[in-house]
Amino acid sequence: MEGKLKKNKDILRIANLKLRSRLIVGTGKYKNFSEAAKAIKESGAGMVTVALRRVNILDKKKPTLMDYIDPKKIEYLPNTAGCFSSTEALRTLRLAREIGGWKTVKLEVLADKKNLFPDMIETIKSTKVLVKEGFNVLVYCTDDPIQAQKLEDEGASAIMPLASPIGSGLGIQNKFNISMIIKKSKVPVIVDAGIGTASDASIAMELGCDGVLINSAIAKAKKPILMARAFKNAVISGRDAFIAGRMKKSFLGDPTSPTTGLI
Amino acid sequence: MAKIQLNGRNLKIEQKLSIKQLLGRYKLDENKIAIELNGSILSKAMFKKTFLKNKDKIEIVHFIGGG
Repeated sequence: MEGKLKKNKDILRIANLKLRSRLIVGTGKYKNFSEAAKAIKESGAGMVTVALRRVNILDKKKPTLMDYIDPKKIEYLPNTAGCFSSTEALRTLRLAREIGGWKTVKLEVLADKKNLFPDMIETIKSTKVLVKEGFNVLVYCTDDPIQAQKLEDEGASAIMPLASPIGSGLGIQNKFNISMIIKKSKVPVIVDAGIGTASDASIAMELGCDGVLINSAIAKAKKPILMARAFKNAVISGRDAFIAGRMKKSFLGDPTSPTTGLI
Repeated sequence: MAKIQLNGRNLKIEQKLSIKQLLGRYKLDENKIAIELNGSILSKAMFKKTFLKNKDKIEIVHFIGGG
């Protein structure tokens, strides 16, 4: 894969990975695996988050995620969704690594069942242990620049502040905080959680985020495959606009046509 | 007979059943799963030579869709 990448191309680097798309997508909440696979393909994402659960031993013929989304073709990012303590999160990620060597992972330790906000004390504690064990840890966190800095100090490979609560679709609620995190961080900043529609992803990228992680906004759209394409374009547009550098804002009008030579 | 717990369900199995044989019984591909035996991760290299004992607790996990 590395050989095919063109020089000077805008690449997202996370730990030792190089991703051509700045869009990372989730694999949850789809009607079925077939729809998930189609939407992921349309999104152009090079990385997908996956969850770890018990195998259903009662149904031997039940299709599995790997049958539809091939980990050889797309980077799997195992997560700790549903974990409410460091112990649970560490157990989950150690098992995920055991499945097939996955060591680039998404850490998410939740604190509240209603708003799904992360428990930053448990999150920081877990990051420290995982980094020590050789994991590359992408960390879901609050949009607090101080906590984000602590995660970076502990060796996080990417900082993933929430835009708003997981699955809420409320978009970026605090652009100022996200901007402060971006300004301070030396590792990639990826907005994770709360994005509702394509323009939210563009805003995140225009602020200077290195990427966005989307699940519900695609999976819960009326037409998920079309929404996947919308996000693909939104991330590219937002990134281009960020690199191009927006014009300065003014509270007064500034004529676009010359004011001299008027008849 | 041995009584074991597999993914939270109580099961009776015959003696001398290896983890590898257990996976075969449930048609599970060892490349797609990980196992915890009595709270500790069991590496894939051990599947063949680990035999289930009475009161063993086994968790078999795999990847599913998630965000």
